[in-house]
This record gives sequence, C-alpha cells and structure tokens, in this order.
Amino acid sequence: MDIAPNQVIRLVQNGQKDRALRSAAIWKCLSCFTCSSRCPQNVDCAGVLDALRRTAAAEGMHAETETRTLIFNTAFLHNIRRHGRLNEIELIGLFKTRAMLADPDLSFLFKDASLAPALRQKRKLHLAPDGVRDRDVVRRIFARCGA
Amino acid sequence: MAIGYYPGCALRGSSNDYEQSVRVCLKALGAELKELDDWICCGATAAHSLNEKLSVALPARNLAIAERDGFDELFAPCPMCSMELMKAAKEIAADSRLREEMAGIVELPVTGRTKILNLIQLLERFDLKPSKPLDGIIAACYYGCLLTRPASIVGFDDPEAPSSMETILAKLGAKTVNWNFRTECCGAGKTMCDEETVLDLAHKILSDAQRSGANCLVVACPMCHVNLDMKQAAAGKRFGVDHNLPVYYLSDLVGMALGFSPAELGVDRHFVVRLAHG
Amino acid sequence: MARIGVFVCWCGENIARTVDVAQVAEEAANIPGVRCSVHYKYMCSDPGQAMVREKIEGERLDGVVVASCSPHMHLKTFRRAAAAAGLNPYLVEMANIREHCSWVHHDREAATAKALDIIRMTVEKCKYDRALEPIRVPVTRRAMVIGGGVAGIQAALDIADAGYEVVLVEKEPSIGGKMAGLSETFPTLDCSQCILTPRMVEAGQHPRIKLHTYSEVESVDGFVGNFTVAVRKKARYVDIDKCTGCGECWNVCPWKKIPSEFDYGMGFRRAIYIPFPQAVPARPVIDKNSCAKLLKGGCGICAKKCPRDAIRFDDTDQIVEERVGAIVAATGYSLYSIGNDQPDPKYQGYGEYGYGVYKDVIDGLQFERLVSASGPTGGELKRPSDGKTPKSVVFVSCVGSRDNAKGISYCSKICCMYVAKHAMLYRHKVHDGEAHVFYMDIRAGGKGYDEFVRRAIEQDGARYHRGRVSRIYEEDGKLIVRGADTLSGTPVTVAADMVVLATAIRPAPGIESLAQKLNIGYDEHGFLLESHPKLRPVETNTAGVFICGAAHGPKDIPESVAQASAAASKVAVLFANQELSREPEIARINEQTCAACYACYRACPYHAIEQVQLKNKRAARVNPGLCMGCGTCVAICPSKSADIEGFTEQQIYSMVEALA
Repeated sequence: MDIAPNQVIRLVQNGQKDRALRSAAIWKCLSCFTCSSRCPQNVDCAGVLDALRRTAAAEGMHAETETRTLIFNTAFLHNIRRHGRLNEIELIGLFKTRAMLADPDLSFLFKDASLAPALRQKRKLHLAPDGVRDRDVVRRIFARCGA
Repeated sequence: MAIGYYPGCALRGSSNDYEQSVRVCLKALGAELKELDDWICCGATAAHSLNEKLSVALPARNLAIAERDGFDELFAPCPMCSMELMKAAKEIAADSRLREEMAGIVELPVTGRTKILNLIQLLERFDLKPSKPLDGIIAACYYGCLLTRPASIVGFDDPEAPSSMETILAKLGAKTVNWNFRTECCGAGKTMCDEETVLDLAHKILSDAQRSGANCLVVACPMCHVNLDMKQAAAGKRFGVDHNLPVYYLSDLVGMALGFSPAELGVDRHFVVRLAHG
Repeated sequence: MARIGVFVCWCGENIARTVDVAQVAEEAANIPGVRCSVHYKYMCSDPGQAMVREKIEGERLDGVVVASCSPHMHLKTFRRAAAAAGLNPYLVEMANIREHCSWVHHDREAATAKALDIIRMTVEKCKYDRALEPIRVPVTRRAMVIGGGVAGIQAALDIADAGYEVVLVEKEPSIGGKMAGLSETFPTLDCSQCILTPRMVEAGQHPRIKLHTYSEVESVDGFVGNFTVAVRKKARYVDIDKCTGCGECWNVCPWKKIPSEFDYGMGFRRAIYIPFPQAVPARPVIDKNSCAKLLKGGCGICAKKCPRDAIRFDDTDQIVEERVGAIVAATGYSLYSIGNDQPDPKYQGYGEYGYGVYKDVIDGLQFERLVSASGPTGGELKRPSDGKTPKSVVFVSCVGSRDNAKGISYCSKICCMYVAKHAMLYRHKVHDGEAHVFYMDIRAGGKGYDEFVRRAIEQDGARYHRGRVSRIYEEDGKLIVRGADTLSGTPVTVAADMVVLATAIRPAPGIESLAQKLNIGYDEHGFLLESHPKLRPVETNTAGVFICGAAHGPKDIPESVAQASAAASKVAVLFANQELSREPEIARINEQTCAACYACYRACPYHAIEQVQLKNKRAARVNPGLCMGCGTCVAICPSKSADIEGFTEQQIYSMVEALA
C-alpha cells in the first residue's frame, strides 16, 4: 500500500479526497474487514475504502499501478450480467484480454495457463457450466442499479 | 432434515471438489440439501467495490427466491456468499424503504428474514459420531476473514480467537494446534489480479501452520482453499520452500471420519494430494 | 381578620419600566386582609428592609408579601428582616412580579393587571401560612471512611486529627490499597511503600481511628448526621488481638502455590497469609477457599505452631453496627480485565493482544510487582514464563481507554505517566534492554509531568512510536508486536520478550451496590457522581455522603490526596455544629386520616417516609431529616393526608380561586 488505511481516512477528513481516490492503497485492500473490526472509534474503514473504490472507478481516477484489479472486478460484473453466475473460463479470457490491452505483458498472459491442464485433469474446468434460466431478470437488475 | 442450499459460483466452478465433499458428508449425516431455484451470483467483491446498490440487489434476489419458496434458512458453504447474504438481509430487514426499493429491483418481495448458515454452523447441528476417528490428524484450523468478520453482520464465534472448527475436530478425534494466523487474510479474490500479494500471504500462513506442528490445514472457504492449495506450489517456489501441506475442507475431515474415502470426497482433486494421516 | 403588609418594589427600572408600581400598590390596599400597601425603589436595600421592619412593628402585621423579584434572590433577606422585627420568618411570602411579569411582557396595561393578580394570589397564600420553626437535626460527630487506600487513609487522618472519631472500613486484609503495591511513583520516583507505610502506621495507631479490615459495608440506614451502618467483618480465622504477627503460621503452611492477589498473580502466597510484610494490621488471614482444614477438616498445622493460640477455625463473619454522622466513599479503582470474562459483554475484546494466552503479556500493576524491590522477584526483572531477563519490552498505551467500540470512552489519565515511568524503571534495571512505547497521545498535565516523559525519551532512551498495536503473537519464543508509527507513516514490528498493557482504570467491583446502599449516584461507567463537576467535586447529592479518590474518576496520587483532604474538610464543616438546621417547608402527614396504604412510602425518592404503629392504627410519618419537600407523596396520597408546609393544598387552591 502506498499509503496506510488510516492515512486514507485522514485525507478524506482533511478535504484531500482526490489523493485518497488516486491512491493504490484502496485497490490493494483485500476487504478482509480487520480494520473495521478493531477500530476503537467504530469507524467502518473497510466501508470507507469501498466507497472510495466506487467513486474512483466511476470517475476514472483509479491508480495506474492497480489497473488490473479494476479490470478484473469490471470483467467479473460483466460476466455476471451476461450469465447470472460466474463463467470462469470466459472471465479469465475477458480479464486477460482487457489487461493485455491496458498493459501488454506476455508473461502475464500465459502465467496461469500452466494450471489449465491440471485443472482439466481434476475436472475443475467447466466449458459450459450450468446456467441460470432467467437471465433477462439479471440484466434488468443490473440496469436498475445503473451497472 | 431438509435445508435450503445456496452453492455459490465457486462451488460450481473450480471449487467443485468442495461441493462434492459437502454433499457426500451432509447426505451421510441426514441433511437433504434443497438447492435454491435459479439462484444467481451473490456479487462477491466486485459488486461491493463497484456498485453499492448492486451489492445489495444480487443477494436480495436470492433472499427473495428463498422467501418465495418457503425457506426459513439457507446454507451457504462459501463465507463470501454467506456474509453478503447476511449483510443484505440485515439491511433490508432494518429499512422499509430499502425493502420496497429492492422488491422493485429484484421483481419479488423480500423482507430479509431468512437465516443464513455457514458450514460450521450447519455441522454443529449434528451429533457427530466418527466411525473412523481422525488419529494422526494435527490440524491448523484456518478461518480466514469472512467466517467471523464483520462481527456486527455475521455474529459468529470470536473474531480474534475463534474455536468452532477446533470443537468439531475434537469430536472427530483429531488434534488441533494453537497457531498465530487463524484469522489473517489469505488474499481472497486477488488470486488473478494481484497474485504476488496472495503468494506472500499464503506462504506466511502455511509456514506458521507448519511451525506450530500441524500436518494439515483445515478451511471452510473455497477462496482460501484456492489460495492455499492451488497456489501452494507457486507460493513455495517464490520463497524457495516446499510446503507440501495438505489443505482440507472441513467437510473432507467430517466425511473421512464418517468412513468415506478421500476419493469419494473429492480430496484426490486437490493440488496437494498427500494425505496427512493414515 | 388578617393583617398583611404588601411591599411593592420598583427594582429601579426592572419592574417599573413595565409595571405601574404605584398603581399596583394603591389597588393592592383594597385586597381584603391587606392592612397596608406601600412601594419603594429598592425593597432589598437597607432603607427598604427598614421599611418592612417599621410596618411590621407599627401596623402589628401578621403576614408580609414582598412583590419584587424571584424568591431565589431575596426570600432569605426579607425573612431575616421580618425575624428581626419579631415576625416569624415563614409568614413572609414573595410575589414574583419581575421574572414572572415585568421581564417577560411588554404591554404595560396587561403587565400591571397581571402584577396585581400575582399579588392577590400571594396574599391569599399568605393568609394560610403557619408560623414554623427550622428543623434541628442532631449530628453524631463521628465519621466513616469506606476504603483504606491512600485517599481513605488521608481522609481518615485529617478527620481524626480534627478531633473526631473515624471508622475506617477496608475490604482487603490490610489497608494501603493499590499504592502499597506500586514500586516507585511518578514524577519523583519515590519508593511507594516508603512514603505510604508511615501513613498506614499512623492510621493504624491513631487513637481516634477504629480500623475494620477484611470488612465490607453491609447496609446503610439513616440520614445526614444520623447514619447507622452495618459492617460485615469477614471471618479471618485469626484472633488479631492475641496474634503478634510472628509468622510461625504462614511459614509452616503447606499450601504454598496459591496465586497472590497482592502480586496480581505474579507471585504466590500460602493459605494462611499476610498480604505483604508492611501490612496494617500485621496479622494474617486464612483463605477459606484454599485452607485444607476449613475445606475438608485436615491439616491444622498452623494452629499447632502458633505460640499464642490465636488461630480460630470456628471463626464466623460478624456484623458490627456503627453510628456515624458522615460517610466518605474512597473505594479506589481496579484495572480493566481484558478478554472475554466481563461484567457486561460489550467490554469483551482485545483477544488480538493475547493477554491470558501468552504468559509474558501482562498489565501495569503486574509489572509494578515485578520491578518492586519487595516483589515476588526481589526487584529483579524476570519475565513470568521462564524467569529470563527480558531484553526488549513493549509498553502498549490505551488498552480499553478511549475505546468507544467497547463503551469505555474516557481517558484513564495516569497511564501515559506510568508507562513512561515503567520504561524508565526497565531501562534503569536492564541497561542493554530496549523499551518501546506505542501511544496515541501523551497526557502529562501535572507539575513536572511533561518533563518526566521527555526524560524517559531523551535520557533513558525509551523508543516512542505514535500508533496503536494491531496484533501480538508468538514466534520462535518471541512476542511479535505489530504496530504502526503514523508520524512516519510506517508499520513498526517489534520482536519483544515481554509486553506490558496499560489497561483502562475502572471503578472497584461492587461499586454500584455500595452506591445504592449509600443512596448516591454513579455514572454509566460506575464512577461515583459528584454534586457539581466544577464547584462541588467531593460532595454528592446525598447530604452527609462524600467521595474522593479514584472512585470518583481516574486520577493520580496527588489528586487523590487533595480530594481526600477536601472531603475531610467538608466533614469537619458538617461537624462544626452540634446540630444541623433544615428548612421546615417539608411534608407532613395527618396521621388520623392516613389509611396506611403506604403509596407515599413506595413513591418517596428520598426514603423519607417511615411506617409507624400508633396506639390503634398504623400510619405513615415523614422523617424531617430526610424529606426534601418534593411533593410526590402529596400527589400520590389517595386520602389527602399528606401536605407540604408552606405549600398546602388549601393554599394552592386559594391562590387559584383568587384568580377566578
């Protein structure tokens, strides 16, 4: 993390929201909720960082070094909108493609490919996973949420 | 007993070994899992990171289906799903305007009254009598994040010193160790987009478990399993260590104590297939 | 026919600007029962008061109505003036035509009419006034101090030195409190026991101090000047008059490994024990939960060894009744216990620090015993797990304090100072040791206090990190402390040999029940409530009960001593007269019409109603020493037997009718 979570909160308190929004810290966050759990002032630190992520993504202000995380999450939602449930192979495909377009890096492209045979052999790779019957309602839900 | 069942995307994807294990073990205990009709993804990390309304609506849709189909309780083996479902249920139950709004979005009435159970809570309801006690198992129970946090939402066990898994394992005849990183995050959904962080964390967790004398790790979360099992070799390689530590789902150990073979439980489909005992 | 004098005041322009005072005085003369009606610019002045006195004597008045300001201002003034002229002061009434009239209205005509109405009502009230005498309450000039720590000892010594007898009640086997267990005190680094034990001895030997140790207050009855307190003297199983404190008994007791309360578990004691060598009284006590003879009938070696035959296995608790006129509560503090065993689940937490899991994570009082020269390790710093000398110690501030998530919102005040002290003492003992302090803020407001903390940093080399500790765990025999330094914005991890947690100051356990017995208030944290936070810090809202020391709130030794002397001076003021005087405008009950339903007894917030047996019936009776004249009994009495002197129902109704 380039800045610590307490510093992110401090920046927001001090009216320096932009620095917080542009930080890598908010994307490095794992949403493990340890911060909110321990805070003696009951500050929902994890919730604040969530809100900053949403704003940074919506405003296109995300830190450049953390683009991959944003791309992954966006691709994830795209995948759910289409299928209602996660289609892993399609997600990986979309994620890798978009990540490569943003930042070409062949080693990244092929990094997880080595696991594919093992996953196949262990019957963990599903080319056509069981799907949701009513996909239209999923699309409507997404639309109503502005997503 | 019959109970509503929400598998979640991971169990239908590359963590289908978890589902296999859960189904075998619960069937043997006498639980009938009634899968929620046409359930959809809970939204996971992506939804709450990018769209607040969606992060409530996706779980709300599932809660609405559960209510429509008469389920008072829903069993969700993945803690990400169970936490998101509980969070949405709590918010909806407390706010009548949100209830109305969600009903409009998900096209079904929803009140948030459904009770969500994780794997440990479900197993606690059974009188576990092992036919093959787990002698030789020295387990480091790993809870990760979302089983016990946020405490105000999940209200389960002690977020700093949980013991519910240890209690179950003791009933199965297994030994457990006291170790340091029971609730430290494994890297969660960052496996694809920030692998380095995941490998760092996985290495620390696996090392501490081994240092404490454990011969296996036990988890109740598919993401944790991926980060600690599928990525174990990569984590070890990064630090020049061969951990070779089996990572079991809690349902694996329950199943093996009830007499099932590892293959029947899908344990042979883990990446670290060495057995810790016998 | 009444002969009431009406005195209308201009109050300069305050009243006269809005009310036509002359007209009011003229019209008031026509009210039936009014003998004379005059006005003056400043009734409260000397000439004004002289006017009142002249009229009382000249017109032989039997009642006075002063139409001016609020009775809060000058009722006493006019009552004194009337008394000087020979009129009973309780026949004087005030009609408030300032705060209730001229200060809140603009319309002169309407205000003038209203002023006349107010006067008319007050004249009617005055007609029914009775001549009353102040209530005299006898005072037992003997005090009780509950709690024998430094505050209790100071208060007891001050009151006793002023010439009054003091009963000092202490629940531990010895007086001395927390201070007796400290090593050195900030900012002077005086040896704590060295400065306290002379006071302890003085209190133990003072001719006017009666000591009840190993005793607790069982019940409190009565009222200011007249308390009856039942004290339970717990069974010691040792006759302290025969015993000489020679120590033969505890030297032979075979039960040696009982965790010592005085050492907070850092050392051991026997089943028959003296808490520390300088105990006052220096007499042992038998722990009935550990003694084999008391539990199962075996052993009994101590009794055989005792050269004075002072052991009494058949001892029982005794209840002693003490009559006192004033009570001082000085019950001190206890430390927040961390972990999941709490009186209220909201206090549970801090599992991430491993207190109770790792032996070398201890609290501040435990550390005091480890560095104390008279402690279980003889003043050598040895850590609890293996007795090794720790080469790296981490001190964590604010554990529990200032934690709104736990509901302990306050600052415990003394920890910043004692943490600096601990760091210094550690560095003095272990020259090559590292002392790390994790803090959020430094609170060092007393004389020489900030300099003390700077000394710890600049001269004694303590490393201060501004940030909290998130986790403590064990790795390879070291305690890994993960914290932060927000000033540099970096995480800080220390591999320590020992960790000392500065835990929150809480009031002593059982404080709520004692406060209820004393009928005094306590706040949401249990600390005893003072009458006024600024101006009356040692008095309570219950007359005759005073508070001092940490029972009132976290504070250090100089503040506790100052408050103790303050409480003692309040007691001395109370005892300065043989009797207390109370205003007589209190409730009285007509015992003939009273139906003894005792609704008033149940409703009275001051427990001022007594149930009495008359010759042919039962009735309720008001205790004039306790009644505050609130009127609750009057409102609740179904037979209209209760009434307030000076505010009777007849008076109130007559005032209402006068308006109609």
